[in-house]
Amino acid sequence: MNKEWINVGAVVNFAKDLGSCVKVNGLQIAVFNLPKNNQWYAVQNLCPHDKRMVLSRGIIGDKEGEPKVTCPLHKNSFSLKNGKHVSEGDVDDITTYPVKVKDGDVFLEVSV
Amino acid sequence: MNRKNIIVIGNGMVGYKFCERLFNKDTKKQFKIITFCEERRPAYDRVRLSAYFEGKTAEDLSMASIDWYKERNIDLYLEDKIISIDRVNKTVTSSKGKTLSFDKIVMATGSSPFVPPVPGIDKAGVFVYRTIDDLEDIIAYAKKCKTCVVIGGGLLGLEAAKAAQELGLKTDVVEFASRLMPRQVDDAGGEMLKRLIEAQGMTVNLNKNTKNIVGDVSVTGMKFADDSVINTEMIIISAGIRPRDELAKACGVTVGSRGGVLVNSSLKTSDDNIYAIGECVVYGDMIYGLVAPGFIMADAVVEQLTGNSAATFTGADMSTKLKLMGTDVASFGDIEPQDIPCKDIVLNNPHTGVYKKLLISEDGNRLLGGVLVGDAAEYGTLLQIYQNKMQLPADPMSLILPRNDDAESGIGIGDLPNTAHICSCENVTKGDVLDAIENQNCDSISAIKSYTKAGTGCGGCVPMLTDLYQYKMAQDGIEVSKALCEHFALSREEMYQVVRATGINTFADLIAQHGKGTGCEICKPTAASIFASVFNEHILSHAPLQDSNDAFLANIQQDGTYSVIPGIPGGEITPDMLMVIAQVGKDFDLYTKITGGQRIDLLGARLDQLPAIWNILINAGFKSGHAYGKSLRTVKSCVGSTWCRYGVQDSTSLAIELEIRYRGLRSPHKIKGAVSGCTRECAEAQCKDFGVIATEKGWNLYVCGNGGIKPRHADLLASDIDKDTLIKYIDIFLMYYIKTADRLQRTANWMMKLPGGLDHLKAVVIDDSLAINTELEAQMQHVVDTYECEWTSTLNDPEKLKRFKHFINSDDQDETVQFTRDREQIRPLQHSEKGLRDV
Repeated sequence: MNKEWINVGAVVNFAKDLGSCVKVNGLQIAVFNLPKNNQWYAVQNLCPHDKRMVLSRGIIGDKEGEPKVTCPLHKNSFSLKNGKHVSEGDVDDITTYPVKVKDGDVFLEVSV
Repeated sequence: MNRKNIIVIGNGMVGYKFCERLFNKDTKKQFKIITFCEERRPAYDRVRLSAYFEGKTAEDLSMASIDWYKERNIDLYLEDKIISIDRVNKTVTSSKGKTLSFDKIVMATGSSPFVPPVPGIDKAGVFVYRTIDDLEDIIAYAKKCKTCVVIGGGLLGLEAAKAAQELGLKTDVVEFASRLMPRQVDDAGGEMLKRLIEAQGMTVNLNKNTKNIVGDVSVTGMKFADDSVINTEMIIISAGIRPRDELAKACGVTVGSRGGVLVNSSLKTSDDNIYAIGECVVYGDMIYGLVAPGFIMADAVVEQLTGNSAATFTGADMSTKLKLMGTDVASFGDIEPQDIPCKDIVLNNPHTGVYKKLLISEDGNRLLGGVLVGDAAEYGTLLQIYQNKMQLPADPMSLILPRNDDAESGIGIGDLPNTAHICSCENVTKGDVLDAIENQNCDSISAIKSYTKAGTGCGGCVPMLTDLYQYKMAQDGIEVSKALCEHFALSREEMYQVVRATGINTFADLIAQHGKGTGCEICKPTAASIFASVFNEHILSHAPLQDSNDAFLANIQQDGTYSVIPGIPGGEITPDMLMVIAQVGKDFDLYTKITGGQRIDLLGARLDQLPAIWNILINAGFKSGHAYGKSLRTVKSCVGSTWCRYGVQDSTSLAIELEIRYRGLRSPHKIKGAVSGCTRECAEAQCKDFGVIATEKGWNLYVCGNGGIKPRHADLLASDIDKDTLIKYIDIFLMYYIKTADRLQRTANWMMKLPGGLDHLKAVVIDDSLAINTELEAQMQHVVDTYECEWTSTLNDPEKLKRFKHFINSDDQDETVQFTRDREQIRPLQHSEKGLRDV
């Protein structure tokens, strides 16, 4: 399958230190804007634990320096870098997507 | 694979333990376990037999149910016993005629009560004390008796005497020796025990040699060698045990000169294929009439069968600790001087009923043994010192002196070597327990018990286990347990103080100055809650810190939708306002339900619907109910003296006033209140964080109640106070809780861990013992004065409203949220009811 960079909107649309959900080719993707080190991450919006579209509403943090998001429903945490489940219990990992910022817009690389 | 038949003859405590251990150890499933039990019940706890008189049932005493054996594919034959062993053809035959072949036999035939062969011993009314059936016979016969004599003043005899007394019988204990429990205590200890037992209404007769039992068909009395007589209607014999070696004898297996199946240190009998364990065994001229050595023997045989041929039994400690009729009795090692020179240290206090003796080596370095009567609290420590041959402190007397709380005894649990046995029933060492805590995530006594099995036998080591756990926690727990998370070494209370003292009001500053990293789901909401308690700014000014519910000012539900709960102070609402809620529910098709806090919940609102819903509610005059916050929820009320014919005060007005005063107050966890208009307590104030009950003279204030996970009845903090005092006390109480509690700690749990408990809290709130109340009251007043409805200000701020959209690049709704209808209202579709598209 081919991959393509898709424009998901202007940087100013993405609240700082928070997640925002975008719709890309029918997919729900959570995008996280961490302005402190100018970092952006994108992961699936679906929490694999209870299968709800909520990860964009989770708290951002880090586990031993590794950035993570914590699901608002049951506090499962996932690495924003590689999608690995990093809290206790047996929960699947999540999919991550490459993000880049160009000319004031945010782009995600997804399969088309 | 052809499994080897292991036949376990006898299903008492030791036989059962053997089955359990072999089953667990036999991971390759090499063995087929078959066990015979002559009683009609499988193994039960004979040690606690007397508990049967205290209302325990046979089931309570059972070691394992019949299903337990079935589940493990262990064949259990009840009311059947092996009557012959053909050692040549390797078969056994049971009394019911069953013949089975065997590979190995484990004899665990136990012992039988020794019945002195005196004339008349076969008369009706003479019983032994060994099985549940014996107890049932005793209970039945005791119904027509008023008196009872127990023959035997040993451990079991005294248990039996206690049982007889509990059946309402006037009880005499008769002992052949010159003291009670001659094996466990010395003369002076026996004397103390006699006094303690006689103080409970029994008569103890020492140096009594029974000559014959008097009576026609039934017992009427006993005659002794000194020609004295005791009249009694009933006799219970507990004069020692005799090993059950009749089967061994019958099949030609060697028995000891004074009885008992003779074994070597491998627990093998004279036949290599026959082992013997438990009370039927004689090893080194000793019969081990306690359960712990039996278990050790069972373990050794299991080890050998499963490949560890080096496992042996070389004797066991006969130390014991028990409670007899409320009296501690314990002994270990030598109870009286033996061959080597030694000294003793004695503490004998008839006034308090405590006798303690230590036998120590001539040079004062080693503990050789000891006796404790009346108070055996030090038993665990002393036994460890004895077993591990530890160096005694300079003054060994310090080990048995009555302790006050601060004094150290000189040798603590920390000094024990890792090889020290904590639980001898289950053979668990200090090292095993530490391993369970360190490496197996055992974070409570019950977790340690279930992992190591320590404390699950006789239970005598539980105090020691608790000490060890607390010692370990104190040793390395403090700094880890206090720290909020990996980003802050501060506890919540310390973080609160930092924020109060420094005025830091952003998370960036707080973590830069007092933490490390970027934060997480634990420290961020904690900081946000503290900022809100201290500065009372709008919580969405710290949006990235807020937890699930506070992030969107609504309670997130399992399907990602939210609930809306408008505030209804005191539960009082007009029909017009009810109609507003009804209309919102109808227009947005929300599920509506009455909550436990006297308000109305509207569920199923999507993120993007929240502002529109709140816009209608706020315009109609509602305010946020803060149902999503770790903050005041509701103050519930009854209708009080305004309507109720029993009410003595206007509870509704007070509840409304209190709810309005504290609404929006952020705290470590949610806070619930209630006001009842009379002692009938219809508002259930005593299960609330603060509860007020009207009296004729004013109000009673209750605090720290809870109806949730672990219900707790609230404590009465002050009685008959007027309204101003009441509000002042609640202000101080809540602010003190906010200042000192841990994150997510409700007031009930906070109170249980508050040093000094209720007395301390009373001193703080009522007497201002910490001299902080002016400050606390001012802090509360600040929160009250700066209250704003969070939803009102959110609706007025376009920046904040931006977040209330599912997609930021589309106006579409989240198509995965789907409802169906039950009882005419919506409910979320469960996963099984829909085909969710995977990402």
